[in-house]
Amino acid sequence: MSQEQQNTQVPGPPSPGRRHFLQEVVMTACGAALFGGGVTLYATNASAMPAQALRPPGVLDEETFLGACVRCGLCVRDCPYDTLDLARVGEPVAVGTPYFIARQVACEMCEDIPCVKACPTGALDPELTDIDDARMGLAVLIDQETCLNFLGLRCDVCYQICPLIGEAITLELDHNDRTGVHARFLHTVNSETCTGCGKCEAACVLDVAAIKVLPITLAKGQLGRHYRLGWEEQEKAGKPLLENIIDLPDRMPAGGGLQ
Amino acid sequence: MNTATLPIAMVRSRWRWKWLFLRRLTQVGILGLFLLGPMAGIWIVKGNLSSNLVLDLLPLTDPFLLLQTTVSGHLPETTALLGTAIVVTFYLLVGGRAFCGWVCPVNIVTDAAAWLREMLGLRPRARPSRTTRYWLLGTLLIMTALTGITVWEWVNPVSMLHRGLIFGFGFAWVVLLAVFLFDLLVAQRGWCSHLCPMGATYSLLGAGSIIRVRADDRARCDDCMECFRVCPEPQVIQPALKGTGDGPGPVITGMNCTNCGRCIDVCDQIVFHFGTRFHNKMEASS
Repeated sequence: MSQEQQNTQVPGPPSPGRRHFLQEVVMTACGAALFGGGVTLYATNASAMPAQALRPPGVLDEETFLGACVRCGLCVRDCPYDTLDLARVGEPVAVGTPYFIARQVACEMCEDIPCVKACPTGALDPELTDIDDARMGLAVLIDQETCLNFLGLRCDVCYQICPLIGEAITLELDHNDRTGVHARFLHTVNSETCTGCGKCEAACVLDVAAIKVLPITLAKGQLGRHYRLGWEEQEKAGKPLLENIIDLPDRMPAGGGLQ
Repeated sequence: MNTATLPIAMVRSRWRWKWLFLRRLTQVGILGLFLLGPMAGIWIVKGNLSSNLVLDLLPLTDPFLLLQTTVSGHLPETTALLGTAIVVTFYLLVGGRAFCGWVCPVNIVTDAAAWLREMLGLRPRARPSRTTRYWLLGTLLIMTALTGITVWEWVNPVSMLHRGLIFGFGFAWVVLLAVFLFDLLVAQRGWCSHLCPMGATYSLLGAGSIIRVRADDRARCDDCMECFRVCPEPQVIQPALKGTGDGPGPVITGMNCTNCGRCIDVCDQIVFHFGTRFHNKMEASS
C-alpha cells in the first residue's frame, strides 16, 4: 500500500484513476459541445420570420431582438386588444416570441404603447414614446390587378381606416383609360409615415388582401449608395451641375412623334 | 447528542410525506397563480417564469434568462436587472436549487419519471457525468455570444412547459415527452440532475445559500440507505451524513442539493432537518 502511494508520487504515465477522470472530462465536454452545437444549429435555422408575422412596436432589429427577448409574454398580456401572441412550438415564428398577423388582428396603435412599457428587458425599445414613430413593417399594395381602386372603383377602405389617414396612404389621381372619362384613385403608401400597424391589410375587403404589410427589409428597395438624383442635386446647388448640356428631344410613346 | 436509534413506536407513527406534500402544493400553487390570470381574469402574477410581474408591482426575472440575454450582447433594462436581483437574493436565502425542487414545473415531470422507473424496476444504463450541465451551460453561453441569439430558449423544456401551460402549448409536449422518456429509459434522474443548464445556474447560487438541510443527528443513522434512494442528487448527502470528528460537518453544503426535503421525510431516525449553513462544526464532545 505504501509502495503504491509512493508510486503515485513519481512522475510517469498517468494513473488509471487520472486517466479515467480525464477520459470522463473529455467525453462530457465533447458531449456538451455536440449537444450545444446541435441546439445552436436548430435555433439559427428556426429563427427566420415568415413574411406575414409582424413584431410589436418598438422592436429592435430582429437579430438583436432574438437575443434580448426573454419570451415572458408581458407585452402580450398588456396588449388591450389581444393582438399579440407568443409563438407556440411548431409555429413558424421563433418559439415563445411575440408576434401578430395583421390580416387576423392589426395593431391598434395605442398612444401609451403598453406593450413597450411592459417589456422588462428593452427588447421593445422604451425610447419609442410616440406610436407614430413605430415601424412594425411597411404596407405594400402588392396586387394592383385585384385592388378595387386600381380597377377604377372607389373602395378606399384601406385609405379610410389608416390611423394616419392622408399621410401613410395617399390617393393619387390617375386617368381611367378603360372608360376614358373617369378617374382612378390609386393608393400609394408612403414609407416615411407608415407604421406597419396592419389596419389596411386587416380591413381590405377582398378575399385575399391586395394590400399587405411586409417586413421593411422585404418591402423597401434601396438606391445605390453612389446614386445622386440630378434634379435634387440641381435644386441643392441652385444651378445645373454640368453647364451647356444639350437637351435632346424626348421620345414619347404610341406614335406621338417627337416633341 | 443521543446516538441510540429511536424507539420503534415513534418510527411507525411518522408521516413520511410532509415535505413532498408541501413541495407539490407549492409547485401547483405557483403554477395556479400564473394560470389564474389567463383562466379566471385574476391577475396576481403576469408573464411566466422567465420574467413576470407580481401584483403589477414586483418584477421577477430568471437569472439564467438574464445571463443569456446579457451574453447575447443586449444589456437588459432596469426592470429585468431588478427582477433578477430580487430572485437571486431570494434563492441565496432559501437555497439555489430550491427553484428546481419547489417551483420548476419540469420537476413534476421528472419526479413522475423517477416514480414510474421505480415502480417498473427499470435500471437505465446511461451514466452521464453530473458535471455535464456545467459544460452545457458554458457551451450555450459561448454559442449565445457567438450568434447573438439566446439559442437555448428554442429548446429549453423549463420555459417551454411553463410558457406552454400559460400561453398555449403547441408541440411543446414533444420536448417534455422526450425529457420524461430520457429520465425513464436512458438515464436515471437524467435531465434535472445531469443536463439542465438552468438548474446548473441556480446551483451556483446554492453554493452560498443560507437555508440547508442538516444531518445534525447523523449519529443515529442506521444505514438504511432510504435517503440515498430518494435523493435526486445523492452525492450531496454522503459527506454531511457520514462525516465524523474533524471531517465534514453535518450541513449538506453540496450546491446541487435542491432542498426538496425528501431525505427528511423518509428518514425513520429523524437524522435530517432544515436549518442554516452556519455552525457547521461537529460538537467537540463526540
